[in-house]
Amino acid sequence: MTIVTPNGFPLDNSGRRMVVDPVTRIEGHMRCEVNLDSDNVIRNAVSTGTMWRGLEIILKGRDPRDAWAFCERICGVCTGTHALTSVRAVENALGIQIPENANTIRNMMQLTLWIHDHLVHFYHLHALDWVDVISALKADPRATSALAQSISPWAKSSPGYFSDVQARLQRFVDSGQLGPFMNGYWGNPAYLLPPEANLMATAHYLEALDFQREIVKIHTVFGGKNPHPNWLVGGMACAINMDAPMGAGAPVNVVQLNLVADIISRTIEFIDQVYVPDLKAIAGFYKGWDYGQGLAGKNVLSYGEFPRHANNYTDLMVPRGAILNGNLAEILPVDLADPEQVQEYVDHSWYKYPDESKGLHPWDGVTDPNFVLGPNTVGTKTNIQQLDEGAKYSYIKAARWRGNAMEVGPLSRFTIGYAQGISEYKDPVDKFLQDLGLPFNALFTTLGRTAARGLEASWAAHKLQDCYNQLIANIAAGDSATANTDKWEPSTWPAEVKGVGFAEAPRGALGHWLHIKDAKIESYQAVVPTTWNGSPRDPSGSIGAFEASLLGTPLANPTQPLEILRTLHSFDPCLACSTHVMAPDGGELIRVQVR
Amino acid sequence: MAEKLQTFYDLMRAQGTSRRSFLKFCSLTAAALGLEPAYAGRIAHAMETKPRLPVLWLHGLECTCCSESFIRSGNPLSSDVILKMISLDYDDTLMTAAGHDAEAILDEIPNKYPGEYILAVEGNPPLNEDGMYCIIGGKPFVERLQQVAKNAKAVIAWGACASWGCVQAARPNPTNAVPIDKVITDKPIIKVPGCPPIAEVMTGVISYILTFDRLPELDSRGRPAMFYGQRIHDKCYRRPHFDAGEFVQSWDDEGARQGYCLYKMGCKGPTTYNACSTIRWNGGVSFPIQSGHGCIGCSEENFWDNGPFYQRLSNTGAPFGIEATADQIGGTAAIAAGAGIAAHAGLSAVKHFTRKPTDPTEPAAPQGEQK
Repeated sequence: MTIVTPNGFPLDNSGRRMVVDPVTRIEGHMRCEVNLDSDNVIRNAVSTGTMWRGLEIILKGRDPRDAWAFCERICGVCTGTHALTSVRAVENALGIQIPENANTIRNMMQLTLWIHDHLVHFYHLHALDWVDVISALKADPRATSALAQSISPWAKSSPGYFSDVQARLQRFVDSGQLGPFMNGYWGNPAYLLPPEANLMATAHYLEALDFQREIVKIHTVFGGKNPHPNWLVGGMACAINMDAPMGAGAPVNVVQLNLVADIISRTIEFIDQVYVPDLKAIAGFYKGWDYGQGLAGKNVLSYGEFPRHANNYTDLMVPRGAILNGNLAEILPVDLADPEQVQEYVDHSWYKYPDESKGLHPWDGVTDPNFVLGPNTVGTKTNIQQLDEGAKYSYIKAARWRGNAMEVGPLSRFTIGYAQGISEYKDPVDKFLQDLGLPFNALFTTLGRTAARGLEASWAAHKLQDCYNQLIANIAAGDSATANTDKWEPSTWPAEVKGVGFAEAPRGALGHWLHIKDAKIESYQAVVPTTWNGSPRDPSGSIGAFEASLLGTPLANPTQPLEILRTLHSFDPCLACSTHVMAPDGGELIRVQVR
Repeated sequence: MAEKLQTFYDLMRAQGTSRRSFLKFCSLTAAALGLEPAYAGRIAHAMETKPRLPVLWLHGLECTCCSESFIRSGNPLSSDVILKMISLDYDDTLMTAAGHDAEAILDEIPNKYPGEYILAVEGNPPLNEDGMYCIIGGKPFVERLQQVAKNAKAVIAWGACASWGCVQAARPNPTNAVPIDKVITDKPIIKVPGCPPIAEVMTGVISYILTFDRLPELDSRGRPAMFYGQRIHDKCYRRPHFDAGEFVQSWDDEGARQGYCLYKMGCKGPTTYNACSTIRWNGGVSFPIQSGHGCIGCSEENFWDNGPFYQRLSNTGAPFGIEATADQIGGTAAIAAGAGIAAHAGLSAVKHFTRKPTDPTEPAAPQGEQK
C-alpha cells in the first residue's frame, strides 16, 4: 500500500526487503533497508545510525576551554571542524574576541579540511560506486593516455604510465588476494565507464592516496598534528615570529610558511588538474543516470562559513540561508538562537521525550536513551533481521528547520550561493552543466551532489591561497597576534552564560549549543550534518534526505546494493558525528531551561 | 599459509621494484627500526619468503582518526602497505563491498587462514544495553570482535580507544565502553595508543611484524617499547628552555614567540610516553609542542580524566612536583621495558630539581624567567 509523506514522497513497503548492513566506505556505522517492487525499483527506504557514544554527557562538568578537544573526537574524518565549532561556541558564550590572524589561520585550517575531505571522499570512499577497477584491466593504455591528455594537462598521462599501472593491477589481481577490492560489485551493469576511464580513475585513486597526506601538513604547521590538530579558545596557540632563531623558534616562521605556500600551490594543481577533470569525465558517462534527488533543490540549509574578518559572523564567504519547497527566489534567514528554528524530534529515534510529538531546540534538549524495537521487527534485540520503521529505529535524532526536513552539504551551499547569483558559485556550476550539455535541474541528483563537492574543492583551494595572502599581508603590516587572553581566566567569566557556535563541516551545517555555569559546562548539544541528512522519520511522518534520495531508483542487479551505496555516499555520511548524543543507563539526564 | 599466496618480494618485483631497490628498501627499513645494518639481510630474506599477511580491520565505537592517521604514512607509503605489504581483506572504511558481501569476508578469512591473520581493532566495544550501542550487521559489535579474534595470530589495538577506552570511556563512560583486552583475553595484543597514533608508528609496527614474523618487544603495559619507551619531555627540542627556567606564561606572549617551554600552560609532555618529539607528525613537519600548544597526553591511559588540559602538572597533587609525578605515572613502564635511558633521564631530572626547590609545587628555576 502506498502512502504519501507530508513532505511529498510516496512510500510502499510491500515489496521485497533488502538490508545493507554495514554500509561501508563511510565514517562510523550505518544500516539501510529498502523495499523493491517487481521491477527492482526502490519504493521505501529506512536509514539507521547504529552507534552511540555520548560525548555531551561526558562534557558535563568539564572546563569549557577543554571542550574543543573532546568535541574534536566526535569525528576523525572531518577532524578539526568540531573543535572549531566548539571554540566558537565558547567564545560566543563568553564574549571573547579573537585576533585577525587567528581568524585567518582558522579559515585556512577549515579550508584545508574541506579540500582533503572532499578529495579522499571522491577517490577512496565514493569512486568505487562509479569506477569498475577490474574493468581497467581491459583498457588500452594508449587510448587511456589520449583520454587523460584530452581532459587535463596533468603530467602523469603517458601510455607507458598507464600501461605500468595496468600491469601492476593485473599482478595484484593475479595474486588472488584482492584486499579492499574483495567481493566488490565488479561487472555490475550499473557501472557505465569504458575500460579506459576506469584505468585512468584507478591510477588517480592511487595518486590521490599518496597526495592527500601532503594537504594536511597545513594542519600540522598550525595545529601540531593531523588528525586532531590543536585549537585554543581565544585564538590559536601557534605564535608568529618571523625573526626568532629557528632552533627553538616560534611555531609560525618563514620556513613553515614557505611549506604552507608550496602545499597550497600543489593542492590547487592536483584539484584542478586531476579531481575536477576526472569528475567531469565520469559525469559525462553517467549523465543519463539522473536519480537521487530527494530533498536537493527543494529544502536546503547552510549556516555559512569563513568569516572574512575576525569576530564578524555575518560577513561570510559561504552564505547562510535556507530554501523551502524549491523556491530558489527566496533565501530565508537562519537564526541558530531562535527556539522555533532548529529543533530535534525523537519519536522514531532511540531516545525518550516527555512529549514526543514536539521538537526541542538544542539549548532546551532532553537526552534520555530508549533502545526499543517496534512490534514488526524481525529477529531479536541482539540479532536484528529487519527493523520496524513504524517505531523507533535509529540512534540519529530527526533534526528539523521550522518543522521541515532539510538537506545540507556542498550541494546545498552551492544552491544557496547560486540562488543569490554569487558568481563564484554560479559560474562554475553553469560551466559544468554547459560542458556536459545538462539542464539546470540535473544539479539536483546524486551526480549533482558529487559534482558540487568537486567544484567546492576547487573553490576552497583557491580561497586557501587568498587566505594565505591575507595572513602574509597582515604579518607584513606588523600584526603578529594570534591569541587574546583577556578572558582566559575563569574568574573573568559571568556565573551563567550560554552560547552557540556554528561551522560548515565538509558534509554540511554543524552547530554546538552550550551552557556554562560556575566556569563548568552545564550542558552541551551538537546537531551535525548527518543528523540532518540521515534523519529518520519525524512525528508527522516526513522522511529525511537519505531516505528521500533513494526512492525511485532502480537496481540493475537486485542482489547487489551498488546504486544504494552510490546515492548514500553522495552525501558523505558521517555516523560517529550524528549518533554521539546519549545518556547513561535509564534516567533522565539533561533538562535545561532556556534562560 | 596457503601456497598460492605471493611473497612480499614477489609482489614488489612484480610491481616493478628492482632487486637493487628492494635491497635498499630493506636497509632503510632496518635503519628506520633502529637496527644494525646486518639486519638488512634478514629483512630481505623474510620479505622474499613470506606471503602477504591477511589483515582484518574492525571498527567499534570510534571516530576513524586512526584510519585517517594510517593513510598519512610517508615511510612506507600507506598505499604500499595496503596494496603490497599486507592484504587488507576487511576494513569497513575502505572496502568496496557492503552488507552481506562484506560480512562474508569475516567468515571466509578466519576459516581459510586460521592462526595466520592479524586482527586490527580501531575503537572499542560498549557493553551496556547488551552491546547494542554499537550494532553491526544487526548484532552487537562485541560479539563479532570476539568471533574474529578467535582464530587470529595476534591482535593490534589501534589508538587510545582500543588500548585504553579513550573519550567514550571518559567519566561517566555512559556506554560502558571498554578496551579490547577486557573482552579478548587469550591472544597477544599490541597496544598502539595515541589519539590517533603517529602514522609512521602504525606502519612501523606492521613492518616489524612482517619483517621478523614476530611481535615487537612490548612493555609491561603492552605497548611496543621502541615507540613508547621515552617521555616526550625528554626528547623535546624545547627542553633546554625548561632546564633554563624559560616558560611561556600566557598565550602569544614573548615566550610563546621565542619557543619557550609550555609546562606552565599545562603541557603533559613530562608524563607522556610517545614518539612525537622524535618522529614528529606528518612527515616530520611539526608536533603539538612545536606548534605552540602543550601536549594533552593523548597516548596515556585515562588522559581525558587527568585534565583540565591547561592546568600545570604540579597541581595534580603530587608532593614533589613535576618530576615526581612523571616518574610515578611513567616509571613503572620505563623500568619494565628495560628502557634504561628513560629511567636514567628521570633520575637525573629528579636530582636536578632537588637542587633548587623553593616551592615544592613549583619545579621551575626562576633565573631565566625574569627577562
